[in-house]
Amino acid sequence: MAGLKQRAVDVYNWFERRLGLGAPAIEAAEHEVPSSTSSWFYVFGSAATVILILQVVTGILLALVYAPTASHAWTSLEFLDHNVRLGWYLRALHGWGSDFMVAIVLIHMVQVFLFGAYKFPRELTWIVGVLLLLLTLGMAFTGQVLRFDQDAYWGLGIGASILSRVPLIGGSLVDLMLGGPIIAGPTLSRFFALHVFIIPGALLALVGLHLLMVLRLGINEWPMPGRLVNKKTYVQEYHRLTEKTGIAFVPDAAWKDAVFAAAIVLAIMACAFWFGPFGPTGQPDPTIIETAPKPDFAFLWIYAVLAYLPPSLETPVMFIAPILAICAMLLLPLLFGEGEKHWSRRPVAVLMVAVIAVTLGAFTRLGMYTPWSPVMNAWTSDPIPEEDLNDRTPLEREGALVLQNKQCRNCHSIGGVGGMRGPALDSVASRMTEDQIIRQVLQGGGNMPAYGNALNPSETTALVDFLLTLRGGNLTPAIDASRKIALTSEHIPSKERAKSDGP
Amino acid sequence: MIESEPNSQNEQAIRTDPAVAPDRAGHSRRVFLFKLSLLLNAAVGTVLAVPILGYLIGPALKKGSKDDSWINLGPIGNFPEGETRLANFRNPVTTPWDGQTGDIPCWVRHIAGNDFQVFAINCAHLGCPVRWFAQSKLFLCPCHGGAYYEDGSRASGPPERGLFEYAHRIVGGSLMIRAGKMPTLAARNCAQPPLTQILPSTSTSATALDTGKDSTARSL
Repeated sequence: MAGLKQRAVDVYNWFERRLGLGAPAIEAAEHEVPSSTSSWFYVFGSAATVILILQVVTGILLALVYAPTASHAWTSLEFLDHNVRLGWYLRALHGWGSDFMVAIVLIHMVQVFLFGAYKFPRELTWIVGVLLLLLTLGMAFTGQVLRFDQDAYWGLGIGASILSRVPLIGGSLVDLMLGGPIIAGPTLSRFFALHVFIIPGALLALVGLHLLMVLRLGINEWPMPGRLVNKKTYVQEYHRLTEKTGIAFVPDAAWKDAVFAAAIVLAIMACAFWFGPFGPTGQPDPTIIETAPKPDFAFLWIYAVLAYLPPSLETPVMFIAPILAICAMLLLPLLFGEGEKHWSRRPVAVLMVAVIAVTLGAFTRLGMYTPWSPVMNAWTSDPIPEEDLNDRTPLEREGALVLQNKQCRNCHSIGGVGGMRGPALDSVASRMTEDQIIRQVLQGGGNMPAYGNALNPSETTALVDFLLTLRGGNLTPAIDASRKIALTSEHIPSKERAKSDGP
Repeated sequence: MIESEPNSQNEQAIRTDPAVAPDRAGHSRRVFLFKLSLLLNAAVGTVLAVPILGYLIGPALKKGSKDDSWINLGPIGNFPEGETRLANFRNPVTTPWDGQTGDIPCWVRHIAGNDFQVFAINCAHLGCPVRWFAQSKLFLCPCHGGAYYEDGSRASGPPERGLFEYAHRIVGGSLMIRAGKMPTLAARNCAQPPLTQILPSTSTSATALDTGKDSTARSL
């Protein structure tokens, strides 16, 4: 037994003599860190690294089967899901791993920001971290493209349409992105190269740099209110703290990282097992236009923002806002590299995180149910509530048919069912007078197209008659107050005018 | 097999070898040669970069007009007067591994007689596929709710302009369109609101004029 152990040591020494990697690695693992950094708040970076390894491994395994050509990518995914043993599970692991990766990277970033860890001397660590965030999002987007389904196809269309708006070089950028005149084989090949070689290469290199700097500069100490960062004294203070309270990173501090990483990997495994892989949705055939393309979770908020921007602002916001945001993130440590680290004394920082989180959350939520999109089949699938048809005249019921046939419900809901692009019509007659309804229907306005060309006069009359019965139960009908004043202030109220006052 | 190894004696030998001892003149010569070698590599690298960059930006250097050609959408009898129908065509430029992505749909509106309009499927906002609703005479986009009238002009929603329109002509009773490139805002002539041909009107002056008239004659 002892001989065997001696033999193992000899083998290790043989390699160590030639490689010389063991000693520095052990030294790095055991380096002393302030005991305050052994915290459950400090586990997100290592968890992200572990997920990255998981993604690399599962990605390589998927590449064993995946066919990166426009004609066969979708089929090969179906093949993975149904014909390859556990292929579905590997796809699910990779997909859920990607969602967890984005989430953990964001949480890591928020933690680092709130703990002031980007301040001197760790500015470059933060800057590299920002690049890592962008690369992670790049992986998420290109990964969605490799899942070459309808969403991927039209998602590429959205990407190309955004690029085409770049002034002057927009057209060339679209050509570069698509690799040809249309979204087709060369486009997928490009995104395959990006997803499999270019971005992961950069990601791994920068993760190495990021970790190297963490080792070299030490893990950020737990911030204390009032303990300010000063470039002249910080390094000394940090070393003093490490000497006084230092514990070995491995094993004293690292066990929490290990436990959390295991929990996260377990969570990914569970999600993959219970919820399965993402898609693929319909095949990437552009002639199948009955589709409502949607990006993956991480990009839903962008999808929502693009729906709400006014047309005139859209192009400038599309290109200026991301540049400003990225520059702000990159410059943050250079501009605010000293001073207070503790969140309790940085109200602006806390407020920024809160506002950004709520904004992203709200837009993501909106992106999940897309109230701005017409419900394309509402006119054929959703009935008019019975109570809106009881005790109505034939003309009014005919109006209900017109409402249904002219696809009004794709944008307007009745009884809580239908599109949400326009206002609900349940109580429209309590908000608008007959004249206003007619004008709105025929000429459109606001966000509504004009229906003057799509309705003949009798259809219009029937439709408006029906709409006038929609008073949310029994609210008072809307009246034109100015009309009454105009009439009463007239000196000689003629009979014709009194007639034209209408119902 | 593995035994404790003695310290390397070669290192010692090299260090004490007088022949390798540095001399100043030799050092400066070697520094010069090293700088020269850097220059040489810079030159070779530059020459190497030319074909690499050319390969990389190749797709952007191709002139767009080469991608477009006339495509037959079939006899005009397939498109009843007064209706707007979906038609598919195989993109003129494809690779054998494009699969279904090489099939491109478009909306054909037969106004009357030889009057046609052919719209791209892509919404002018962000390129999603618009759908025609004959009853309300609108094209609706499922992504962000862009809406267009039957003549392709913008009705509401986020698009800045009307639908993209293909140049078309009728040859021997067949409807031909000029297509081949994904229509985006960067396509030529996109500055003319609201209706524009994707291509310059030189080759199809007659149709371009017709559609121009249509768009100005449109009334709400």
